[in-house]
Amino acid sequence: MTSTVSSLGKDLVGLEGLTAEQIRSILDTAEPFKEISERRIKKVPVLRGKTIVNLFFEPSTRTRVSFEFAEKRLSADTVNISSSGSSVVKGETLVDTARNLEAMNIDMVVMRHGSSGSARFLAERIPSNVINAGDGRHEHPTQALLDLLTIRDHRGEIAGQKVCIVGDVLHSRVARSNIYGLVKLGAEVAVCGPRTLLPRGIEEMGVRVFDRVEAAIEWSDVLNILRLQLERMEGGYVPSLREYNHIWGVSSQRLAAVDRELLILHPGPMNRGVEIDSDVADGPHSVILQQVTNGVAVRMAVLYLLAGGTPDSAEAAKGGKEA
Amino acid sequence: MPSPSEVLDEAAVRRALARMAREIVERAGGADDVMLMGIRRRGDHLAALLKREIDQAENADVPLGVLDITLYRDDLGTVGTIPEVGETQIPSQGIEGRIVVLVDDVLYTGRTIRAALGELLDWGRPGRILLCVLVERDGRELPIQADVVGASIQAGPRERIEVRVPALDDRLGVDRIVVDGGSE
Repeated sequence: MTSTVSSLGKDLVGLEGLTAEQIRSILDTAEPFKEISERRIKKVPVLRGKTIVNLFFEPSTRTRVSFEFAEKRLSADTVNISSSGSSVVKGETLVDTARNLEAMNIDMVVMRHGSSGSARFLAERIPSNVINAGDGRHEHPTQALLDLLTIRDHRGEIAGQKVCIVGDVLHSRVARSNIYGLVKLGAEVAVCGPRTLLPRGIEEMGVRVFDRVEAAIEWSDVLNILRLQLERMEGGYVPSLREYNHIWGVSSQRLAAVDRELLILHPGPMNRGVEIDSDVADGPHSVILQQVTNGVAVRMAVLYLLAGGTPDSAEAAKGGKEA
Repeated sequence: MPSPSEVLDEAAVRRALARMAREIVERAGGADDVMLMGIRRRGDHLAALLKREIDQAENADVPLGVLDITLYRDDLGTVGTIPEVGETQIPSQGIEGRIVVLVDDVLYTGRTIRAALGELLDWGRPGRILLCVLVERDGRELPIQADVVGASIQAGPRERIEVRVPALDDRLGVDRIVVDGGSE
């Protein structure tokens, strides 16, 4: 009599490996979780007794706190480990760190790591569920999911939306996960930024490229503006922050040139006055804070779906095989 | 799946609901403090039908809410499938001090009601909670019983009793289904 939703398997490594149906079921599951965060008692017992380790080898505030809220609101027990102050700095390998955690009977690992592919590497070696919270330049699936949820909240459907990702696409796992998710759900996707910050051959991912931000704004329904990592300037990718803002910055003047209402997303943390001007970030079409709110709901949905997933997949991973 | 046989038709269900509505009001000493909370996905529809009966008879506007107990179940990760999560809707008046009537379609193992009580108590402290079900049958696994019952139906462990409501099934009634092998 109960309706069921499709399983994600053991891990969430990225959106590349998910079907459109699986992505939709995460977004649908996130809907009722939004309401839990508005209750007086913001807690449901569904993950009671589960132990979750948040293993962060790179600094993160927003993502880590968002995961932690999601875990706590589902009644899981959580432990945070960051690379500073852990045995990682003493030279322990990733697998050894994870195996030591496993030996203490944990159920899930949420990991951020600087190396692309590290999430899959870990997922294939431990029986716990692994959730990728960002691995190198590879993927950041929960960020893309919360972006998708936010777009869907405002536009009803992802399919048919014209979404342009603006900025440092080359170094961005957020961009990659977004492109996979958006394309699978039927959006039209574009990227826009200096050629030095766009990966060669990006068109093969099914996206179009704009060389001028004005043209991108003219075409788009939704802009997802990426953070310009300040160290990119030192790397010689952009001449100066002022020049970047002058050519690529999203300003209210540029937005005023079109009479449509563009939805403005930014994964944070923002560099105001560089990739986005303050009046846009705080403007009527900015949904940046709603993205943060949706982030907790989407992560609750992912935790719920992985915890309820087929026990067989966890068994398979115990043998060191991919589930 | 074998064809279901109807054990209660629409007229019988409507008569039962009318009587249940009267019993609720009688037990609550009026409709003033009553709040109906239907348990998704059939109980909420039955609660709406009960509300209509009570509102008409008592010239009242009884608050109506919906409980989705999925996140309070005790079997996540053990049944192999992932139940869809729905939204809980608590009436704006809140449940504090109210006579909350939990409405469900079939009382069987009692585990749904255990979950519903857990969720309800996380929302506040009702004055009283009554359990109202359209059908009760054998098979309780917890010490839970209903206060207001539409019909008691004998059914074996290999039989399912399913309530049909117009919004989901295009008709109102109660079916008995014989399942081969394992239960749901």
